[in-house]
Amino acid sequence: MAKYYQPEIETASREEIIRIQNEKIVKQVKHVYENVPYYRNLMDEKGVKPEDIKSIDDIKKLPFLTKNDLREAYPYGLLGTDLKNCVRIQSTSGTTGKRVVAFYTQNDIELWEECCARAIVAAGGTEEDVCQVCYGYGLFTGGPGLNGGSHKVGCLTLPMSSGNTDRQIQFMMDLGSTIICCTPSYAAYIGETLAEKGYKPEANKLKAGIFGAEPWTEEMRRSIEKSLGIKAYDIYGLTETSGPGVSFECEEQTGMHINEDHFYAEIIDPETGEVLPEGSKGELVFTSLDKEGFPLLRYRTRDICVLTRKKCSCGRTHVKMSKPMGRSDDMMIIRGVNVFPSQIETVLLNEGYSPNYQILVDRVNNTDTLDINVELNPDQFSDKVAEIQAREKALESAMRTMLGIGPKVHLVAPKSIVRSEGKAVRVIDNRKLHD
Amino acid sequence: MAIKQLSVFVENKQGKLVDTVRAISAADINIRAMSIADTKDFGILRLIVSDNEKAIAALNENTVVTTTQVIAVKMDDKAGALCNILSALSESGIDVEYMYAFTASADFGAYVVVRVDDVAAAEKALGDKGIATLNETDMKKL
Repeated sequence: MAKYYQPEIETASREEIIRIQNEKIVKQVKHVYENVPYYRNLMDEKGVKPEDIKSIDDIKKLPFLTKNDLREAYPYGLLGTDLKNCVRIQSTSGTTGKRVVAFYTQNDIELWEECCARAIVAAGGTEEDVCQVCYGYGLFTGGPGLNGGSHKVGCLTLPMSSGNTDRQIQFMMDLGSTIICCTPSYAAYIGETLAEKGYKPEANKLKAGIFGAEPWTEEMRRSIEKSLGIKAYDIYGLTETSGPGVSFECEEQTGMHINEDHFYAEIIDPETGEVLPEGSKGELVFTSLDKEGFPLLRYRTRDICVLTRKKCSCGRTHVKMSKPMGRSDDMMIIRGVNVFPSQIETVLLNEGYSPNYQILVDRVNNTDTLDINVELNPDQFSDKVAEIQAREKALESAMRTMLGIGPKVHLVAPKSIVRSEGKAVRVIDNRKLHD
Repeated sequence: MAIKQLSVFVENKQGKLVDTVRAISAADINIRAMSIADTKDFGILRLIVSDNEKAIAALNENTVVTTTQVIAVKMDDKAGALCNILSALSESGIDVEYMYAFTASADFGAYVVVRVDDVAAAEKALGDKGIATLNETDMKKL
């Protein structure tokens, strides 16, 4: 059984990786400067020329990109090549209704799928395997990424998409799925449903699961491993850089190897932007070294984590990142979907409510719950129960359209939401996602 | 003549109802009739009180109150009395949103409060059958 998908690069020496990065960054910065006016302006403002970037170490001279830049430049402002060279978009939800739209050339798709293939092989995948992909397909990167990776490895791919758990289980049992890819909460849910149906963990043929797109704890990992009788591997990625597979776990399960021949990672102080030494906790920043369609340089992920180059027993030499330990902004990941409080505020204002609200996030039976308490305006009150319930339903529906997930809305009395120092506590997250 | 009912939003949480009633009590207002509609999240407390203005001022401190016109009718305390009233409304095509009953201390009579969308039409329908509705002055005497 092959241990690596691309052994020569996955186990390359540090010197070799740096050589690849040096070569790619010089080319990429020049390309971006010449083809992406938005980033050229940022470089000019900072007084950096492409010639100043002679090696990967010079990357710290470059300006950062943030989600705000993506919003400003929406939709084509950060496009790195002619649209005619692009073959696909993927998208994620974004604040105030504007989404992140990422463009892919065929080469971008190939490299993304290769990264996913590396993740699948690291989880023990071979052409003998049956890989059930129950991430959502479509604009969301989860399904398409793992689907492509599974093809590259040569697994029999089951493109299930998410939901319809009975059907998932039927295919899993009838076709003998050996690898499952989905969000950790959905994996936990499938495990519970299997148990309810009377299946013991050893009744299925699964051996591994590749889970990502939302935060999960070590405790949750052990519970999923037990309920499905598998080894559970973490995978990380974001639409802005490609999708899942930017980094992935090996059998050591002590962090995710970043595919640093394609994605260069830095840890910065989120306040000052200063690059921090290896082992420091800070904000993760990614540079796409060879993407063509959407070549983001120094993109601030807002994920807080730690990088380590400690030798890994799996033989891979690529730097490892910890599970994200939090965010340097107020983004929440709920059922795998990115949610910003500002989106919720926008809906409330559009629908004629005062922006007095409180977001309550919890995890019940391994599924995220999202409850929003909204203060009722006196002129919205009625003596009829049905009218108030209809208001709640209408608000839930508008929220679902904006967020992509359905919250439960509760109307509460005016001025009833607790304010500390005059400012309301907007988000209460009881999930305890970070160990 | 219709009478005024206060509807108060009460969250379905421990202590919320007593807080609301305490505010009314503190303002020295007597509750003449009441009912509560409850859901999982909230309740709507419907009240006929001795002094609407004072009650609104007391309640507005902490919650939302709305004033609704409702119909109050005295019933004979015997079989079929409520049926007569509802039949009169039904025959005129008037929908009842909700209703509740109370007794008055003055005459120990049975009364019913009915919430309809078109108060004038309801009063006419009842009047045509010889059923009188109470006004604010009548309520004060009960």
